[in-house]
Amino acid sequence: MTTNAIRKLTPKPPLLEVSGLCKSYGGQIGCRDVSFAIRPGEVLGIVGESGSGKSTLLACLSGRLAPDAGTISYDMKDRGPVDILTLSEPERRRLARTDWGIVHQNPRDGLRLDVSAGGNIGERPMAIGARHYGNIRAEAQDWLQKVEIDLARTDHRPRTFSGGMQQRLQIARNLVTRPRLVFMDEPTGGLDVSVQARLLDLLRGLVRELGIAVIIVTHDLAVVRLLADRLMVMQRGRVIEQGLTDQVLDDPHHPYTQLLVSSVLQV
Amino acid sequence: MTIRLHAKGLTKTFTLHTQGGIVLPVFDNIDLTVSPGECVCLHGPSGAGKSTLLRSLYANYKPDEGQILVEHMGEPLDLLAAEPWEVVEIRRSTIGYVSQFLRVIPRIGARDVVAEPAIANGMPADEAVAKAQELLSRLRIPERLWSLAPATFSGGEQQRVNIARGFIVDYPVLLLDEPTASLDAANRATVVDLINEAKSRGGAIVGIFHDEEVREAVADRLFAIGNQPAAMAVPAAAVAEVCS
Repeated sequence: MTTNAIRKLTPKPPLLEVSGLCKSYGGQIGCRDVSFAIRPGEVLGIVGESGSGKSTLLACLSGRLAPDAGTISYDMKDRGPVDILTLSEPERRRLARTDWGIVHQNPRDGLRLDVSAGGNIGERPMAIGARHYGNIRAEAQDWLQKVEIDLARTDHRPRTFSGGMQQRLQIARNLVTRPRLVFMDEPTGGLDVSVQARLLDLLRGLVRELGIAVIIVTHDLAVVRLLADRLMVMQRGRVIEQGLTDQVLDDPHHPYTQLLVSSVLQV
Repeated sequence: MTIRLHAKGLTKTFTLHTQGGIVLPVFDNIDLTVSPGECVCLHGPSGAGKSTLLRSLYANYKPDEGQILVEHMGEPLDLLAAEPWEVVEIRRSTIGYVSQFLRVIPRIGARDVVAEPAIANGMPADEAVAKAQELLSRLRIPERLWSLAPATFSGGEQQRVNIARGFIVDYPVLLLDEPTASLDAANRATVVDLINEAKSRGGAIVGIFHDEEVREAVADRLFAIGNQPAAMAVPAAAVAEVCS
């Protein structure tokens, strides 16, 4: 190795590129001057305490909330990088249900509770043109198996499912169209620890197998350690520290990150 | 002489903001080069910063100054200046690290825990599983445990699973943090064999070996660390807290 010509690896073009994003609610700051890029297959964790702006940021990124300033550029399959804030409402909705997935903290926000489990999974393929009932049902059952839901429950409504099952169903519903980017808001919040472990293991396997990029918001540092390659720490609407997940958690530099890491109880 | 790993001018201090902003200097201006087939043993008293240096070489800790040059796919890269995704790439194929403790992944069996880095590095799954089984056998993990998640294993068994996981990819650079700490004589000998095999295929190894016998058997030279009075004066408990 000659050490006089240090190289850099050639990066893949970013899937999502955010620049100078700001959002406030009246005088209250949601998030302020957030900029970052995420590449295909990368898992980015966003941590911070309640009120730090992480959910506001996620809502802006996934097009559910209009930011006050900034740009959000997404590399669309057929058009290349497009500022999603300039998309029309139908265009944005189509993007959200084909190339994106959104996993809500409360599965009831992401599921149709009066439609069968199989129907919940079949909805996205049908929305983009799948019509053959047998194929749709087979694909739905394939996904039920992937998320470890008994096939005997295919025709049951998710209202009758446990919280952990509902969350797994929500994940299947989102991943069935093989999105390239999935937003997750506290996907393990409100679940028992044993149910959490199963869900995390499942998510970890699927994310690696499918190579999808994920932006995951959580306050649980164990969740990001297991899932995320990269971490952003937010406080009062700003990103105060970011980098490789294990580096930020094991060698935090910012006072707030040190406080966050040192506050975790050891089991 | 070719060099696989070259740390230049590495300086590391910890600033403990939650404890009144105490600044702990750990090491200053370290230069370390490791060649293919060479095993360098970090040597110094407890609390001298050996583990901190080793973790810095894996980009797990971020030194304040310096460069860590590694040969990745034939090109020199600076690990300290690399983007997170670049570090992920470099770790996948170029730098391996065996920590003192296995970080258990819930519900995943020992065999899959071991095979995972090889699969991530592009080895076909069946080949990776076969290699994982071979390593687990060599390290005397009974076959009936292979499909079980290592959370319930003894400390020594977990450490051996961790070693198997670290040796399943033929990393050009391998970092070992006391790989034989809680092993019996037979397993210590197996680890010595694994290290010597890695050396003979050109691996550059940096390790911490407290066991004199192991050190004699694998290390080509010692790299002294911890001569700084400031670092020595730090209470071991404070360093342990920072490093844990």
